[in-house]
Amino acid sequence: MSTNQTTRKLTDLAKTIRSKNAGVDKITFDIIFRDQANYDLVKQSESLTRETICKLYGIEDNRISDFVEFDPAYAIKFTIYRDRPSGSAGDPDIFGAQQYAPLLDLDIAIPGKS
Amino acid sequence: MTSTKIICPNGHLGFAPLKPESFHIGVDAKPDFIACDSGSDDVGPGPLGSDTSTSPLAWQKHDLEEMLLASRKLGVPMVIGSAGDTGTNSRVDLFVSIIKEVAKEHNLQKFKVGYFYSEVDKEYLRKKIRSGNPIKGLDERHDLTEQELDSTEKIVAMAGVHPFMTLLEQGADVIIGGRSSDSAIFAAAALSRGHDEANSYYLGKVLECASFCAEPYGGKETVLGEISSDDVLVTAMSPAQSCTVASVAGHAMYERSNPYHEFVAGGMLDMTNCHYQQVTSKTTRITGQTFVHAEEFRVKLEGSGKVGERFIGIAGIRDPYTIENVDKVIEWAKTQVKAKFGEDGYQLHYNVFGKNGVMGDLETVKDHKAHELCVVVQSVAPTAEEAEEICMTGTRQMFYARLEDVKGTAGSVSFVLDEVVQASAAYLWTLNHTVAVDDPMELFPTHLTEAGV
Repeated sequence: MSTNQTTRKLTDLAKTIRSKNAGVDKITFDIIFRDQANYDLVKQSESLTRETICKLYGIEDNRISDFVEFDPAYAIKFTIYRDRPSGSAGDPDIFGAQQYAPLLDLDIAIPGKS
Repeated sequence: MTSTKIICPNGHLGFAPLKPESFHIGVDAKPDFIACDSGSDDVGPGPLGSDTSTSPLAWQKHDLEEMLLASRKLGVPMVIGSAGDTGTNSRVDLFVSIIKEVAKEHNLQKFKVGYFYSEVDKEYLRKKIRSGNPIKGLDERHDLTEQELDSTEKIVAMAGVHPFMTLLEQGADVIIGGRSSDSAIFAAAALSRGHDEANSYYLGKVLECASFCAEPYGGKETVLGEISSDDVLVTAMSPAQSCTVASVAGHAMYERSNPYHEFVAGGMLDMTNCHYQQVTSKTTRITGQTFVHAEEFRVKLEGSGKVGERFIGIAGIRDPYTIENVDKVIEWAKTQVKAKFGEDGYQLHYNVFGKNGVMGDLETVKDHKAHELCVVVQSVAPTAEEAEEICMTGTRQMFYARLEDVKGTAGSVSFVLDEVVQASAAYLWTLNHTVAVDDPMELFPTHLTEAGV
C-alpha cells in the first residue's frame, strides 16, 4: 500500500447497497453505483472481492456461489449460500433483506493524488 | 409485424395493492394484454406447505377486480400466474372463483376463463426416482431422496410459457395460472402474437416486478412493455417514475445470483450482450438479448414439508452483567429443556436481538455494546402441547438463570408477556429441484370455464 493512499467507506461511493433472497437457498447482494467513475474506482481498488467478502462475513470461499461485475448497471454483485433454507425455524431474516449492513462500512482503498 | 403492448401493475398481486393512478394511465395506453404474477417463494415455506395464502383476500380481490374490469373494457386478455402466492390448486380455484364473483357483481358479459394447475403428485416423482430419472437438486442440493419426498406436504412445478399459450390459443379471455415462472406469463402473451423468443422472454423478465425496473424506487406502480421484431421498450406509467438505463439494467440482477442468465422451463434467456438505450425520459430500449434452448426439458419444482408445531416466547435483558453473560443464560435454559425432553426430537432456537439477532453467524460486530437485549425463543415439536412446554421452559428458565455474580436475584430477564404464543407451524423447503419431462404440458393440465352473465 502506497503511503499516499486513503480509504473511503463503500456507503459514500455507492448509490444502492442491498441484499435479498435469490431463491430459497441463497442470498444475493447488489452494490450499485451512480456513475462509471465510482464503479471503476471500487473495481480497481481490489477492496471488494471474493476474498474481502469472505473476510468481512467470516465465511469460506465456497459459501460464495457467484461474484459478478455487471458493467451495464455499474454494479458489483455477489451471492452466498444460506446455512439453511429461507423461512426455516430460527431463520432471523426470511427475505434476506438486512444482511448487507456490514458492507456499508467497508473500507475502499483510494489511490492518492501524486 | 406490428408491436404488442403489455402492462404489468404489480410484481406480486395480493402482497400489497396496485396503485390505481398509474394503472389507469397504463390502461389508457391501450395495451394488448394486462398481466401480472401473484407468487413468490420469498414468503417462506409455510404458505405452500399449509396450502394457504399470505396475501389478504381483500387485496387479492382488489387487484383482480381492477385488472378484470380494465381488460373487459378494452377487450384484451388478462393473464395471471402463480395464483395466491403459491400457485397450488386451491389458490387457482380461489382466483377463478373471485373472477366469477367480480364478473357477476359487475354484470360483465360472458367471457372465457382458462386456468391450469401446477401441483405435482408425490407418487409421480417417486416413479421417476425409481425408474432412474433423478430429481436433480438446484443450488448445490443433492438429488431428491424418497425420504425427503415422504416428508413433503405440497409440491408445485414452475410452468413455462406452454400452458399459457395453450389457453390463449383456445381463446381464453382471462387466464389464472398455477405456479409459473414470472417471465413466462408475459413471454407467452408475446409469443402468441408471433414475436421471437429472445425479445418475448426479455419482455417478461423486465415486466415481472412491475415498477421495480423504474426509478425512483416505488413498488406497485404500472409499467408498460412494448415488443417488436427489433427491440423491447419499457416505460414507467407513474408520473413520478422513469425507466432509465440504470433502473432497467439494475433490475436484471434483482433477486437472482447471476444478472446475465434467466432460466425458464425449456431454455435460458441470455442477457450478456444486452444493450440499453434511453429513448425518451421515461422509456428505455433494450436489444441484444438471445434465447438458448435447453438440451433436456427440465421443470423446476418447489416443495414444502411440515416440521412441527411452533411457539415463540420473548424475554428482555437490561442488567449489563447478564447481557455480558447472555450465552450462559441461554445455556441454562437449554439445559432445563434437555433435562425433560432430551437431546433431539424438537428444535429450540434463540435469536438474540442487540447481539446478532438479525444476522446470526454472519454478524460482523463481535463486540456488541448493547445496553439491552431482546431474546426471541422459538420451539418446534411434533405436537402443540410439547412445543408449548418446550418454549415455556426455554423462556421462563431464562428468568431463573444462575449467574455467579449477578446482583439481581429476583429474576434475570423481563417479560412483556408472561406466556408463550402459538405461531404458524414450522415448514421447510424440502424441494428446490428439477424434473425431466417428456412433454412440456405433462405437469400442467388446462381447463376452460365461463364467467359473466
